[in-house]
Amino acid sequence: MPYRVSSTVDDSREGEKMDRLLIVEKLAKRYERTTVLGSKKEVLALQEVSFSIGRGSTLALVGESGSGKSTLAFCIACLERPTSGRIVFGGNEIAALGEKQLREVRPQIQLVFQDPVRSLNPRFSALEIVSEPLIVQGRLNKQEREARGRALLAQVGIPQEKESQKADEFSGGQRQRLAIARALSLEPKLLVLDEALSALDYSVQAQIANLLLELQAALGLTYLFITHDLGMAAHLADEIAVMEQGRVVEMDAADTLLRAPGQEATRRLIAATPRLGAADHRPQVI
Amino acid sequence: MAPLLQVQDLHVAYISRAGRKSPALEGVSFDVRTGETLGVLGESGCGKSTLAVALLRLLPGNAEIQKGAVLFEGQDLLRAEPRALEPIRGARIALIFQEPSLALHPTIRISEQVSDVLAAHEPASRAARRQKMLQVLAEVFPADTAHIADSYPHQLSGGQQQRVLIAMAIACGPSLIVADEPTASLDPTTQQDILGIFRRLREKFNLSIILITHNPALLAGLADRVLVLYAGKVAEIGPTEEVLKSPQHPYTRALMQSVPEGLEGSARSRKSRLPVIPGEAPNLAVLESGCRFESRCADRMEQCKQREPGATALSEAHAVSCFKYGG
Repeated sequence: MPYRVSSTVDDSREGEKMDRLLIVEKLAKRYERTTVLGSKKEVLALQEVSFSIGRGSTLALVGESGSGKSTLAFCIACLERPTSGRIVFGGNEIAALGEKQLREVRPQIQLVFQDPVRSLNPRFSALEIVSEPLIVQGRLNKQEREARGRALLAQVGIPQEKESQKADEFSGGQRQRLAIARALSLEPKLLVLDEALSALDYSVQAQIANLLLELQAALGLTYLFITHDLGMAAHLADEIAVMEQGRVVEMDAADTLLRAPGQEATRRLIAATPRLGAADHRPQVI
Repeated sequence: MAPLLQVQDLHVAYISRAGRKSPALEGVSFDVRTGETLGVLGESGCGKSTLAVALLRLLPGNAEIQKGAVLFEGQDLLRAEPRALEPIRGARIALIFQEPSLALHPTIRISEQVSDVLAAHEPASRAARRQKMLQVLAEVFPADTAHIADSYPHQLSGGQQQRVLIAMAIACGPSLIVADEPTASLDPTTQQDILGIFRRLREKFNLSIILITHNPALLAGLADRVLVLYAGKVAEIGPTEEVLKSPQHPYTRALMQSVPEGLEGSARSRKSRLPVIPGEAPNLAVLESGCRFESRCADRMEQCKQREPGATALSEAHAVSCFKYGG
């Protein structure tokens, strides 16, 4: 077996399969790149990626830059088509669906990106941002949309008096709240959080992390939390999967994986995670 | 021996086109000794990047240094003639920024970009300059110096690009490097590589470093002292170990608590609410009298509303601006 899986994941293959919202099997993604000289070069972004996420739980996907985390996120959100393999979401195979059927699946899987400055239209008001997905999907009438928009803003902690404020007038943390509210507008089951906290200050990360936990408890949301911050992954996740060069090399319950890492890639990530308690490496100058 | 750098009562404000004044730094004072690494810890908008560029008077046109002094090797940089700053900028004091891909020219080879720094400060023959360039690059790329020299920035990874910027920073043998979030865009493994390079170079060249970051964990084991900046003022300054492990200012304490225990946490602390600092940092343009952390502070007292606390020394090296300790 190329990687170690925890017993819970193993069991899921049989008895607990219903409890897994997302099951990814042997997913591969190949990109073809044309070099300057015109020859074709293949890039294997994902190979043999298999894992699953339990309903209402959080899987953290960690790994170095270029390990394939974002490609995987895009495949799961049906924004990229995998080259081969299966993605089973809520019991249905979605990797091979046609464009029309995909349009029905996509609302159930929503993305939140790293940079809330570039992922929100700066000229839209807060209320416009969170109601736009409803317009695109043709849901609700104008009045209902506004009511739903207001409820979403309240849910993520944006005060009502700020609903007509433009996106670029919000702070980084509030913008990320807006991005989360927008993602929630279509009542998704799975949120893919692609480095959603990484651009924020620690005190703001704490606020957004708390919001994510609250929303998960209230709405039963499932999270795929992609990050290179193993410390935050350890805090938020039930399970952690480690990626290296397009493969999931290790996956286990967060505690087990951090206590007894089985792979070199995992040990390297743990060693590289800065911690407050680190010993000084040299005598004090003072 | 006098400190290498003395910043005294520095005030910087941004002036809008309508003439509205928005302060960014108000009365910042600190020293950096030769060979010392000072960590500057602060969140977005607290003035930490303004501080980095103000030291070399590289502020944008809408900023104004209103008061204070920056004494470097005995010379006040804020009052020096612009010409007198030229041999200092990039040579005696070097700056390293967060986004290495934006700091490098996309269509010029690394060799030439490093040589340009040397050419700006040290007259030498082409051959001598090339030799020096390779020597400087070898400090950060011991294994593949020549290959990196021939590369263009887009052929390098983020970590390699940041190494190039470090090479450019040390090219002219500076005594002080100011690094503003040098590892924020890098993944943890690369981050540790870069911090390792800083460690090695400061030993080798007895460099002083001002390392600006929002991540307290980066400073543990790297900085000798930490300065905590909040809303343009020094909230706390002291030895790294003391400031990070037993923070005294209520802001520093709240900031440290908001960092998840992560790897050091117990299974029980996982998925639990993190302590947060209520509210947001104040808008300095409309700041009222009193302590600027008052409205968010868990320990606020009556006098905190009335006037601003001054710095109180807890020990020779540790000072806090808070009425709890005198003010």
